[in-house]
Amino acid sequence: MDQLIFFFNKVLISGTVLGSIYALGAIGVTLIFGILRFAHFAHGDMMTMGAFVAFMLALALATTGVSFPVPTGFVVLPLAMIITAIIALGLDKAFYAPLRKRGAKPVILLIASIGVTLVIQGLIRLFFGVDTRSFFEHESKSIVRIATGAIGGTRDITFTQPQLLMIILTVVLCVALHFFLTRTRLGKAMRAMADNADLAQVSGINTALVVRVTWIIAGALACCGGTMLALDVSLTPDLAFNIELSIFAAAIVGGLGQAYGAIAGGFLIGFAETLAVFDWSVLLKPLQPIIPFQVNAGLSLVPTEYKLTVSFVILVIVLLARPTGIFKGASS
Amino acid sequence: MIGRIPRPVALFAALAVLILAIALTSGVPYTTRLLVEAGAYALIVLGLNIQWGYGGLFNFGIMGFLMVGGASVTFISYPLNSKFWNSDGPMLLGRALIAALIATAIILAARQLHRLGVKGVLKSVLVALAWFIGYIVFRSQMDPATVYIVQNAGFVGGLGLPVVFGWAFGGAVAGGIAYIIGRICLGLRSDYLAIATIGISEILRQLIKNNQWLTRGTLTVSPIKWPVPLPQDYQAMGVDTQTSLLYARGGFLLVVVVVVALVMFLLMRAYGGPWGRMMRAIRDNYIAADSMGKDIKARQLEIFVLGSVLIGIGGSILVSFTQIFDPNSYQTINHTFFIWVMIIVGGAGNNWGALFGALFIYIVWLLSEPLAQALFGGISYWSSHIGWGAIPDIESRSLQMRVFVLGLVISVALRYAPRGLIPETSQTSR
Repeated sequence: MDQLIFFFNKVLISGTVLGSIYALGAIGVTLIFGILRFAHFAHGDMMTMGAFVAFMLALALATTGVSFPVPTGFVVLPLAMIITAIIALGLDKAFYAPLRKRGAKPVILLIASIGVTLVIQGLIRLFFGVDTRSFFEHESKSIVRIATGAIGGTRDITFTQPQLLMIILTVVLCVALHFFLTRTRLGKAMRAMADNADLAQVSGINTALVVRVTWIIAGALACCGGTMLALDVSLTPDLAFNIELSIFAAAIVGGLGQAYGAIAGGFLIGFAETLAVFDWSVLLKPLQPIIPFQVNAGLSLVPTEYKLTVSFVILVIVLLARPTGIFKGASS
Repeated sequence: MIGRIPRPVALFAALAVLILAIALTSGVPYTTRLLVEAGAYALIVLGLNIQWGYGGLFNFGIMGFLMVGGASVTFISYPLNSKFWNSDGPMLLGRALIAALIATAIILAARQLHRLGVKGVLKSVLVALAWFIGYIVFRSQMDPATVYIVQNAGFVGGLGLPVVFGWAFGGAVAGGIAYIIGRICLGLRSDYLAIATIGISEILRQLIKNNQWLTRGTLTVSPIKWPVPLPQDYQAMGVDTQTSLLYARGGFLLVVVVVVALVMFLLMRAYGGPWGRMMRAIRDNYIAADSMGKDIKARQLEIFVLGSVLIGIGGSILVSFTQIFDPNSYQTINHTFFIWVMIIVGGAGNNWGALFGALFIYIVWLLSEPLAQALFGGISYWSSHIGWGAIPDIESRSLQMRVFVLGLVISVALRYAPRGLIPETSQTSR
């Protein structure tokens, strides 16, 4: 029983948190791809930027001395999301819109997103340096413990309060996105444009507005995902760059252009990574009598350093076996 | 009249003036160092130009190929590690190799199961199982070998051969890896290919960094030899420091210039010939090229490998010049995106443009640090004068300014000169 609780703590909780973060990033990537038809490479940096916006707001709030029952990072999150969405709109206007107006190919927009990556990275490092920061310098992470004596365990189910909030927040945001896409006029217009941009324009959909809304949603979710990542680990300038590949893998596995696919892909990749680096010896130890070989500690499928390879291997397998993703995605 | 002078000539003349100005202000030894490194980058950009400019293939994995080149030159030219060769290390590695062969045999056998009538889902499951078993067999031998080598000998050391062999080997290994990657990924669409290659470079980085037994990982390897005498060698002969730097770096520069000139010459010949025309045809309209009987996949694989060979050689030249191989010093921003800025600004599809881009952007990269420092110094002076206080850590901040400047440069180039400063010249419009 204790082993199962250990598994729950180590795999289910952290896999869900990681999956939530990937899903939030992947939704942005997939929406931008669906509407604007290019792979937005600067998305990871937009997440980092969002995290820094939230960090600054949290710092400002901490100096006022007001205390909240939830971590400050979550209190300032709505405002940070709005600010990041506005910055995302500004980035589009400054860097991508002129190229689109010229009729540049999607590949050129992809290269332009490298320029945006460099600009954002440069600015973040210019102002904040390369140090590691934490949201929890002025407060502590409270830990939730659930005793498992009732089901025969001696070990508690433990997770931090931020982790619980992150999972709830992701569910809320995903449901909200679902209702937006299926119930509102604008959401339907977005889906129409993702299916066929020309047809959407001809039938009177305001495509410029749809593009703006796309950036707003992508920016807000990126900020949320980035802040969550920073709350879960720590805040560094190259925070999201390390998960950029996983996010793209999630978006592609779910089928580029498919918002639901991105959510599913995010959780798939998150769990796959967590399971791959999980030390299986803990679960196998009790089964030692029936296992032919000696169970040693450190029996993980891949060493922790190669966590990144997991998402990549899944990506390659999916691309080779089913190039449009698990859910049928858009192809340009 | 500027209109009379062809644009490339004017641009290169301006570049020469810029380099001359740097030589006058910062000294000749510094300028030779700059030129050697810029020359190595020129080779890398030429490699990318084959892939992207000629063939339209995305390669975001440049960092990985550079690291492969660096690790290869280290392996070839670093002195022999007698501790390793006298230990059980080679024997253990041999056993790991046999295990790898057995694993490969298992997987290949599983893939042939359809001959025995095993089909469909069952076969897929069995193949996956074969991969799993093969992986476990390999790791069961490999893990003890690596632990033993790291504990007893540090790492396998080098082969003690001349550096030039190391450069060639770097190119060959990079080409071999590019072949494998190309076989898997080249069928993908451009943005998928970009993501796939960026992933591969990240994996290569992790492999090189964590396989301590082979590359010594983060402990770094140095010193790596030069193909020409080092400054220390000249100093031993009684030459003073400044002059010895000049001689040694000048010699290295000569080697690099010869390599770049040779590659450039061959590329120009290839580009103007039927091969180059075929590549452009495939890039611009692969369907038409396909219907003309060109083997698209094989040709694309060819340019992908060829470009990667040049990138690998460039990477090994960079490492042998700085004399240290440090896997931690490689970053996607500084090693992949940097090269992309060079080719976009210079002009994809034009070798002169690629060369110009490499030299120019490298100089911009180096100069933006002291310029930013001066700028911040000025602002800091002003802000402390009006009572806002000085800017803290000006030095580390101006180092980061380079990234920002690069981002602005590529954005401006894409907007106002989307085909680069020296664009590709169309053969038919003449």
